[in-house]
Amino acid sequence: MVTNPSNRVPAIAIENLRFNYGDKEVLHDVSLDIPDRQITAFIGPSGCGKSTLLRCFNRINDRIPSARITGGAIRVGGIDISRPDLDLQMLRRRVGMVFQKWNPFPKSIYDNVAYGLRIHGEKDSKVLDERVEHCLRVVALWDDVKDRLKSSAFGLSGGQQQRLCIARTIATRPDVILMDEPCSALDPLSTLKVEELLLELKKDYTIVIVTHNLAQASRCSDQTAFFYLGELIECGPTGQIFTRPSESRTEAYVSGSFG
Amino acid sequence: MENPEQLIRKGVHHDRLKEGTVKAVLGGLTWGVVLVALLIFGRICWDGAPAVLKSEFPFVDTDFLTAKTETLHVFDDAVGNRHSLPATEYHAWVEKEGSDAVFNEQTYSYSGGGIAGPIAGTALLTLLSIAMALFFGVAAAIYLSEYAKQGRFIGLVRLAILNLAGVPSIVFGLFGFAVFVLAAPVFTEAPSERSLLAIPLGFTWFSFQGWNSSLIAGAATLACMILPVIITASEESLKAVPQGFREASLAMGATRWQTIRKCVLPFALPGILTSSVLSLARAAGETAPIMFTVAVAAKDDLPWEGLSNPFGIFQTQVQALPYHIYTLAARIPSSEFTQRAQYGSVFVFLMMIFLFSALSIILRNRVRSKLKW
Repeated sequence: MVTNPSNRVPAIAIENLRFNYGDKEVLHDVSLDIPDRQITAFIGPSGCGKSTLLRCFNRINDRIPSARITGGAIRVGGIDISRPDLDLQMLRRRVGMVFQKWNPFPKSIYDNVAYGLRIHGEKDSKVLDERVEHCLRVVALWDDVKDRLKSSAFGLSGGQQQRLCIARTIATRPDVILMDEPCSALDPLSTLKVEELLLELKKDYTIVIVTHNLAQASRCSDQTAFFYLGELIECGPTGQIFTRPSESRTEAYVSGSFG
Repeated sequence: MENPEQLIRKGVHHDRLKEGTVKAVLGGLTWGVVLVALLIFGRICWDGAPAVLKSEFPFVDTDFLTAKTETLHVFDDAVGNRHSLPATEYHAWVEKEGSDAVFNEQTYSYSGGGIAGPIAGTALLTLLSIAMALFFGVAAAIYLSEYAKQGRFIGLVRLAILNLAGVPSIVFGLFGFAVFVLAAPVFTEAPSERSLLAIPLGFTWFSFQGWNSSLIAGAATLACMILPVIITASEESLKAVPQGFREASLAMGATRWQTIRKCVLPFALPGILTSSVLSLARAAGETAPIMFTVAVAAKDDLPWEGLSNPFGIFQTQVQALPYHIYTLAARIPSSEFTQRAQYGSVFVFLMMIFLFSALSIILRNRVRSKLKW
């Protein structure tokens, strides 16, 4: 069991989680705490189950018919998210997600950021305007796009589109932001900007980030979890994982000898 | 390299002869088909265009498009001049000159006046049927691709829908006759004798006695015919919307229906509408489904004339272009006086279908260039 670096209640607690696609178990008995207001990085080779685990946190895996949890539990703020009376929409409002491939809607920049607020019933244009401006400022896009809020989001560069997606996610004031390889398709400069943004966002949000970029994990995360073949091998403070891992497989992976 | 002289061909090569023959046969067949098609279209245009077009500005003779169909009267007057007048003008002429002044009179049914009735009927039928088909078709496509659990049963349903698209239109015509004309339910104060089942509701009756031959029955039949195409095309358009949009929307806490309404349908709609235009052309062009369900050969009023209430339009029978062409071709002898109506109708009809197809192609190209992700 991993120790909680801060003494606060974990934002997400994973308890002996087992997860199947059809008959194939892809997560074996994973237990892990995601601390509040910190950045947790999931690392590991492709197919090790880290994205699957991430996608359990907001139950977006429900979309896949064969996917199911076969054992254990995930608690968000202490609430088991598989209980039948769970408000799924509210869970996803509180646990936002940013995807690997930036996916703004083919709408205007403004409408993209306002989307979440609008589906939750916000109609007051003043509130929307303020929130859109605030979110775009947070992701450092405001100065670039303030004159063309009504033009299509597709006119932005890849990095800008990904930051727009982050703005869209924080617009609904989530507590947790899940990021599934948010920088894997971005150039180094855009990646740097997103990383700076992560450190900024950490003040207000709990962030879980899946990444293949080890340097990125070591640069911006507080806690790192290493997954291998569906198992959580090791989890601990990032500095420790990268310099003094207790498991030999972790050491092999972070030093680049496999993966 | 050994024996490089092998590269140089010696004498006549059989392969080359064979190639040439194959090319000539294939080319000949293709151009033969094109030639026949051109001959048919050329004849229709050559004989039909004069009914609608004229040589002076504005080049379109609107009479043919806006006048009602009438019987054509051909006769000599006392001086020996030959006249050919549609019924109303003929009666006015007789009124003025007296019936003694008419000699060698011949009449041709449906050949005088214009084709306003069939055009109006076809327009109404097409619009109504496409509206019905879109409503049911898009609903079914959304269910099949977004809600239904993908499995063997849904696969079978899909296969059945695809097969339905290949059913001959006369079968749809008979289906429409049996279901909509004879058996569809209506609210009525007094159930008809041939009602299959009449349920008393106290203040009125819910009676399965059919909608009779009417605009609504014909449009419903046409809608059934194009429904499979609309469902399949709509499903394709829905599938073309990236999964990422759905995931992003759901991940922000939208419900399934919110996601479909705001993030899927708006982006699928242009594709759905584009493919519907082709169905529009099919619905406008079919004769068999409307024969038993709505079409009449002759009607004095336009569909919206002489109604006691605006909804009465759904209960009227109408003329329709394809059925009108059938009538002109099959029921009256061809002569120099009927050619204008016969070829003119086909020409106008062809132009309409051509317009629909062109519209669909232009729409598709515009949508493709506009919606990219």
